[in-house]
Amino acid sequence: MKRGLKSQCQIFPSLGERAKRPKWMTPAQDWGNLPHHVVLQIFQHLSLVDRARASSVCRCWNDVFHTPDLWRKFEFELNQPATSYLRSTHPDLIQQIIKKHAQHLQYVSFKVDSCTESAEAACDILSQLVNCTIKTLGLISTARPSFMDVSQAHFVSALTVVFVNSKSLSSIRIDDTPVDDPSLKVLVANNSDTLKLLKMSSCPHVSPAGILCVADQCHGLRELALNYHLLSDELLLALSSEKHVHLEHLRIDVVSENPGQTHFHTIKRSSWEALIRHSPKVNIVMYFYLYEEEFEPFFCEETPVTHLYFGRAVSKMMLGRIGLNCPRLVELVVCANGIEPLDEELIRIGERCKSLTAIGLGECEVTCSGFVEFVKMCGGRLTQLSIMEEVLIPDSSYNIEQIHSEVSKHLGRMWFPDMMPTW
Amino acid sequence: MVVNSVHWFRKCLRLHDNPALQEALNGADAVRCVYILDPFFAGAANVGINRWRFLLEALEDLDSSLKKLNSRLFVVRGQPTDVFPRLFKEWNVTRLTFEYDPEPYGKERDGAIIKLAQEFGVETIVRNSHTLYNLDRIIEMNNNSPPLTFKRFQTIVSRLELPRRPLPPITQQQMDKCHTKIEDNHDQLYSIPSLEELGFRTDGLPLAVWHGGESQALDRLGKHLDKKVWVTSLEHSRVKTCSLYASPTGLSPYLRFGCLSCRVLYYNLRELYMKVRKRCTPPLSLFGQLLWREFFYTAATNNPNFDRMDGNPICVQIPWDQNPEALAKWAEGRTGFPWIDAIMTQLRQEGWIHHLARHAVACFLTRGDLWISWESGMKVFEEMLLDADWSVNAGSWMWLSCSAFFQQFFHCYCPVGFGRRTDPTGDYIRHYIPVLKDYPNRYIYEPWNAPESLQKAANCVVGVDYPKPMINHAESSRLNIERMKQVYQQLSHYRGLSLLASVPTIQEEAEPPMTDESQTSSGPDSPQRVPANTEEDVCYEAPDSSTVCPSSTSAPHPDQEYQAPCISSVILIGNKEKRP
Repeated sequence: MKRGLKSQCQIFPSLGERAKRPKWMTPAQDWGNLPHHVVLQIFQHLSLVDRARASSVCRCWNDVFHTPDLWRKFEFELNQPATSYLRSTHPDLIQQIIKKHAQHLQYVSFKVDSCTESAEAACDILSQLVNCTIKTLGLISTARPSFMDVSQAHFVSALTVVFVNSKSLSSIRIDDTPVDDPSLKVLVANNSDTLKLLKMSSCPHVSPAGILCVADQCHGLRELALNYHLLSDELLLALSSEKHVHLEHLRIDVVSENPGQTHFHTIKRSSWEALIRHSPKVNIVMYFYLYEEEFEPFFCEETPVTHLYFGRAVSKMMLGRIGLNCPRLVELVVCANGIEPLDEELIRIGERCKSLTAIGLGECEVTCSGFVEFVKMCGGRLTQLSIMEEVLIPDSSYNIEQIHSEVSKHLGRMWFPDMMPTW
Repeated sequence: MVVNSVHWFRKCLRLHDNPALQEALNGADAVRCVYILDPFFAGAANVGINRWRFLLEALEDLDSSLKKLNSRLFVVRGQPTDVFPRLFKEWNVTRLTFEYDPEPYGKERDGAIIKLAQEFGVETIVRNSHTLYNLDRIIEMNNNSPPLTFKRFQTIVSRLELPRRPLPPITQQQMDKCHTKIEDNHDQLYSIPSLEELGFRTDGLPLAVWHGGESQALDRLGKHLDKKVWVTSLEHSRVKTCSLYASPTGLSPYLRFGCLSCRVLYYNLRELYMKVRKRCTPPLSLFGQLLWREFFYTAATNNPNFDRMDGNPICVQIPWDQNPEALAKWAEGRTGFPWIDAIMTQLRQEGWIHHLARHAVACFLTRGDLWISWESGMKVFEEMLLDADWSVNAGSWMWLSCSAFFQQFFHCYCPVGFGRRTDPTGDYIRHYIPVLKDYPNRYIYEPWNAPESLQKAANCVVGVDYPKPMINHAESSRLNIERMKQVYQQLSHYRGLSLLASVPTIQEEAEPPMTDESQTSSGPDSPQRVPANTEEDVCYEAPDSSTVCPSSTSAPHPDQEYQAPCISSVILIGNKEKRP
């Protein structure tokens, strides 16, 4: 794109030659008199830095720089040199935006590094976005969750400014922040008609009642991400009420701090069934970061999960349960299991999870024959098969060289296991 | 016409399979073998004591081998650009020979020396013997770009002719023809420096586990091949009992310094396999270690920025954290995770760790737990790891941190579980962290979970005698998976691919960002790049500059505010397989 701009430059005389231009050149061919919409189009291809530079050329270009259309979407980057390699949005620019463009902002995100200062700066900006109609808000920590280090009062009051003033928030991403129940109430009070997406994984100050309030009032909610402790039968029922739209995406993080210290409640089968009846196409994504012994409450009954990720080790028994009770399973990722082959469990999953299209295995063991049988069962529906080479144990039927051609045959495409360098 | 040769040893510290040295001897009247070393920079360079010791031992070995041939090694102190003019004049040099160095820094340095030699009327002969193949040939066969997946690399290599056969060691007869008189003051002028001279303190230095030198290398090669059990069980080459301890038949440091020729190893393996298995073609997996080395050398040879993130076209720009304190704890083995600490202790003490151990600590530092840049880890390895070539070290770190070549970041190693599964006895921990030796197996990988009474009974209280764990692994890995997903999602948008990760549907992520790379990312000229991880001609390709600016529009369309998630997968990165 920048090249395109350069070639356009050749058509017009350079600015420096303006004084020397021949008399037959009319003022209309002056750069500064280019129609607004032309300059706007060109600006849209420039980076922010280049655009800012261009804006100092003349008043016309400066006006275009401040066209509301160019300020609908902005990502504030707040990084401290001591903690991050990344650059930060210039403070002067931030001031300019707050002064001139707060009311134009509609799609806003804040990216902060691991330093508390950065998160606090984000909150300061939020507090000043008074006259705006923000539709999308994202608070993103690129490293450690620094929003959690900001004082809760400061954070909540800043967030509430946006919740109250925007009145048409549709997407909110506030994972790993100290948001609390009262702020959610404010959110709901002002934006219940427009809210479609809410991502708030790992927000420890929110209670099940807090999130239930959101589900009860925001009937347009299509996407929700939260931690397991916030999930309740009431919540699932609220999301399945007649007034509620179809839920499209539900993400649940199941995390334990210390082994044996968290007790996980169970969700009734009937609540899950209600959800599926209401939203038959919903994706239910579960991320597990538990110790092996903490899995007891899960998958005892049919669970409509579609995407399952085990961040730590998961037992053979649990994988067996999944084969039995997760008919809607589309994707399964297992970080680690142990040193007993998982042939039986894997084959059962292949057999009973008819929608399974993606699987990833690391640090487990599966015999080559067992694996081939699994692949035969799934056939070409496996679009993503990501297996670490060490997982596959050669046996009498297949060795490492043969396995890849056998599997490729059944998949209908070339396949190799994943590798790590060995040196 | 008198031919006075100088052979310049850099890597390739050996007399066997040394084509450049053979050229030095060929028709020469006098030959001197030099090694150039600058003690002043020794302290400043990022090279630890074990690596220096290994190098000095290798030089001693060369010197004693040359003594047997009535010659000596000339260790010249200084920098090549200063040293050579002096030597050219003093010794009336007419020919300079050295082994080809494929690394970008090496190529630049050698280019300058070749030019310098020309000015002095010195003929330069360079021969390739550090890699199995001619790397430029491999690149050429891959549409003029280095293969960025190992499978692709193997495919190309399988189409090449066999590597050139290794040459025999230089002989007494060859040396006799170009006899060089060794001066009486040779040891004063050209001796091999000691560790003390390089600025190291050696009192209390434990004995080396890995001894440098060609003799050691060849001896080990013999033992390595003797492990017939290993060869015959090649069909079951999967490592069952992983040997975390230094092996008396390990060869990687010797390959790095060139004490052992990679082609000698290659042909020895090949011939042994064909003898034992009575089959024609050995599988490529037989040469695993050698091919990985070759792979990284190929990937790096034309990329001077290979060892950094900024400005490196194949490296994903990841917003790593800067945390010197955390980095120091990792480097010094004080993380509070015995598995990690034992590995880092072995590395510091001995200079070698098993590849699974490398995966564990690299993952822990970068995408697994600490979220610190792979460049920092690479530098620590460079200092302490005996077999850390520039190319292989940088490449492996990028691989293990999912910055290049490899994208399945869900493959995460737990600093407790992975250790326990690798060595259930816990003996490795007890060996390298003696303070934990009285802990039972149940708690030795996670001592902080042991009841206080047990800790006291074992004479090692966590927080007092041994550090507390520096992070909460479950929490860190959860956060880091999210960070990696964020990074990869942005990339897919740049390419318009449907990335197979759960897509949050906030507007600015659902469509290409309006403002492009200069607003974000690490440097003015290094926008987010798609990791080039192609399998043949599939989606991901090394980006060129024409793909820098995404076609962006300014205002998002109001009716596109909410976009339904298009997930096929929550965590797996899409399709590396060939399109049918």
